[in-house]
Amino acid sequence: MSGDAGFVTSRLDEAVGWARKYSIFQYPFVTACCGMEYMATACSHYDIDRFGAGLPRFSPRQADVLFVVGTISQKMAPVLKRIYDQMAEPKWVVSFGVCTCTGGFYDNYATLMGIDTIIPVDIYIPGCPPRPEYVLDGLLKLQAKIQAQHESGTRPAPEPRPELELEPWMPQR
Amino acid sequence: MDAAALIQALTERFPDAVRSSHAYRGDATIVVSREALLDLARALKGDAAFQMNFLMDLTAVDFSTFGKKPSSAFFASSGVAVRPSAELPDEHPWPGPPRVPNAAAALGAPPGPARFVVVYHFFSLPLKHRLRVEVPLEENDAEVDSVTSLWAGADWLEREVWDMFGIRFRGHANLKRILTYEQFVGHPLRKDYPVNKRQPLIGPDGHASDHS
Amino acid sequence: MPRTIPDNSVPAAAAASDALETRDMLLNVGPAHPAMHGIIRIVARLDGEQIVDADVDIGYLHRGFEKMSETVDYNGVIPYTDRLNYVSPLINNVGYCMAVEKLLGISVPERCHYIRVIVSEISRLTDHLTCVGASAMELGAFTVFLYMIKAREYLWELVESVTGARLTVSYCRVGGVKADLPEGFAEQCAKAFEETRRVLAESDALLTRNRIFVDRMSGTGKISAEDAVSYGITGPFLRASGVPYDVRKDCPYASYDRLEFDVPVGTRGDNFDRYLVRMEEMQQSMRIVEQALRDMPPGPFQASPQTGRSLPASEMVDQGKVGNIPAIRDACAVTDPTLDGSAKPLHVSIATAEKRVFLPPKEDTYGNIEGLMQHFKLVMYGHGARPPKGEVYFAVEGANGELGFYVVSDGGNTPYRVRVRPPCFAIMSALPKLVVGDMMADLTPTFGSINMIGGELDR
Repeated sequence: MSGDAGFVTSRLDEAVGWARKYSIFQYPFVTACCGMEYMATACSHYDIDRFGAGLPRFSPRQADVLFVVGTISQKMAPVLKRIYDQMAEPKWVVSFGVCTCTGGFYDNYATLMGIDTIIPVDIYIPGCPPRPEYVLDGLLKLQAKIQAQHESGTRPAPEPRPELELEPWMPQR
Repeated sequence: MDAAALIQALTERFPDAVRSSHAYRGDATIVVSREALLDLARALKGDAAFQMNFLMDLTAVDFSTFGKKPSSAFFASSGVAVRPSAELPDEHPWPGPPRVPNAAAALGAPPGPARFVVVYHFFSLPLKHRLRVEVPLEENDAEVDSVTSLWAGADWLEREVWDMFGIRFRGHANLKRILTYEQFVGHPLRKDYPVNKRQPLIGPDGHASDHS
Repeated sequence: MPRTIPDNSVPAAAAASDALETRDMLLNVGPAHPAMHGIIRIVARLDGEQIVDADVDIGYLHRGFEKMSETVDYNGVIPYTDRLNYVSPLINNVGYCMAVEKLLGISVPERCHYIRVIVSEISRLTDHLTCVGASAMELGAFTVFLYMIKAREYLWELVESVTGARLTVSYCRVGGVKADLPEGFAEQCAKAFEETRRVLAESDALLTRNRIFVDRMSGTGKISAEDAVSYGITGPFLRASGVPYDVRKDCPYASYDRLEFDVPVGTRGDNFDRYLVRMEEMQQSMRIVEQALRDMPPGPFQASPQTGRSLPASEMVDQGKVGNIPAIRDACAVTDPTLDGSAKPLHVSIATAEKRVFLPPKEDTYGNIEGLMQHFKLVMYGHGARPPKGEVYFAVEGANGELGFYVVSDGGNTPYRVRVRPPCFAIMSALPKLVVGDMMADLTPTFGSINMIGGELDR
């Protein structure tokens, strides 16, 4: 009896995962240059709608996936954190572009060295800015991740970035 | 008016205010004392001979490490120096960073180097000429008159110079930070501000960091 | 600063509102707001739906461009300039490179000037397409946005064929451009322009006489010519107010003085005029590119066909290492596809005669010790060109207005100070002036017509 119920729920989870991965409501947190490529990906030429992610929601409470598109400065970081906190579970974060992944070549007083220092990130799409094909690939990886999480019944928290060992020659924090 | 004529007209009009001038690469430039700035700016805007109706840009330069930057690499001194091309007239050499007369100047000492120079770029749409006005300032007295009463666009530009360099503008109604945030300590474009000295508003753990 | 509110209410209504004791409301728009493409915070004080006062807070994308420029060599600044106005990066490249060339006192070949004009105008097209498309989308005309992005995609393919990148191109170099135009560029360009013209005609049909669009655009966000000049506004925004100032006409650079084009000028200085000016400027840009392609001096590509046989650069290195000199003597190294168009025979027409500034042709870098040394001297950390001491200001017509670069050199290998005069900074500082007195809903078209670019505004 209990085995049957387990079977049903696990099949149900799979179905929910399948539904979820093809109905991504994204919140594009567009700040900088990458926004141009985000636009290109979302519009007719590359058409992100083919992958079930065509509907951007400009309210964090209605969105499942936070696309952080573009450099996050120290001034913007509290806003990003707040928007992440406002999103309802389950939620995923895609870091779009190298500035959000690591800070890119803006290694200076004004910018945040990667958004994963303040919020957890599921998929990194590097590139300055990434080409639309690259973004679509990242999206497919995210979909695979969503499906896998539902199949395994777990949503492990994304791993935080390991603390960097600072060598003497590196810029000290 | 070409650069030389413009400089001459200004020198004749303001013999006391114009300390020095040059036309390096054809850019008419005058260096004026800060006391004379507002009168000069008013004349530049109003006079039929100048008609500088645009304040194109207002910025500053911190000259404190001019020519004193440590070489960034081994054998760096072997960089490729480039002489100006022969086609370009080089009759207007650059006289070097503007200097400011200090207290000792009254005793006959030469003017010392200025730490900050506030740089104004004017453009006259009717007459199609450009002028750069430089106002040298000393570090411990970095204050200059605001030109917001003449050009509305100076408002944000002066706020930016305050934010980036810590130069105050006398008579500015709303002199507060513009590009950085209120909690920011220091002025990032000063040469003594390290390029990667971060002042995060929230720390790596997601909590507000202490700015005391 | 107290602002006067235009009083357009009838006295009876005013008396009634006095009796009701209405209070102003503060509305915070941004920094993350769907109608704000770009991050900016506007705190608007509202009396009913009318904006009484607005406070604009910028700096959310401040990434320290000017400070970073002081840490890299003169060519190293170019990638940073790409990301100033990321909708038209090529104009930023051109402006910065021409400023440094003025500082160095070097000139570039005629063909290089024409190439710079062509890529600048293509960039201006993409910028205006994005601006008009995005502001139309914010007013509900989503189709126009899709059409315009489609046209932008054709132009980006063109840009990609020239520069190797879609968006952040880093195409210009101090003293030239990275590579010559690819073969068949003119035909490709004609095809892309045909598509763009079609899109512009379609968008024009969808918008220009569209009742909703016209009602929301005309009469809103007005600014007089005097105010616009006082704020230092330039570009299409100023021209819509009736001031025909265009850097390309008034202080011509590159080869704009030899090309024929019109500067469209508005009369009312409202959002609708700005839309019309941008639409017309796109037509003029295409006109400029077509003329430039026609008048451009032929490159040595056409003049002296390459005679040597081609050999992959890595193979050339291998052959050289084993001492097989005859195999590489008259061979021409074929480099990475992204370096296409920068081969030695092309260098004469795209690079300055001052060889100490410009990177050597790739086959020299890979093929002989002099080229390698020169390359090394220019790109290695701590090396690079050392211009004479001095300061220059150079302005080009960016997509939003006058884009000026002020460069100070202390004779070292890194710029002592690089300052960019961002065109939309001036326009943004006038935003309170533009929106006060309008309805809250008018903020959207006004902000759209400003074409705020965060990278350029906050640097």
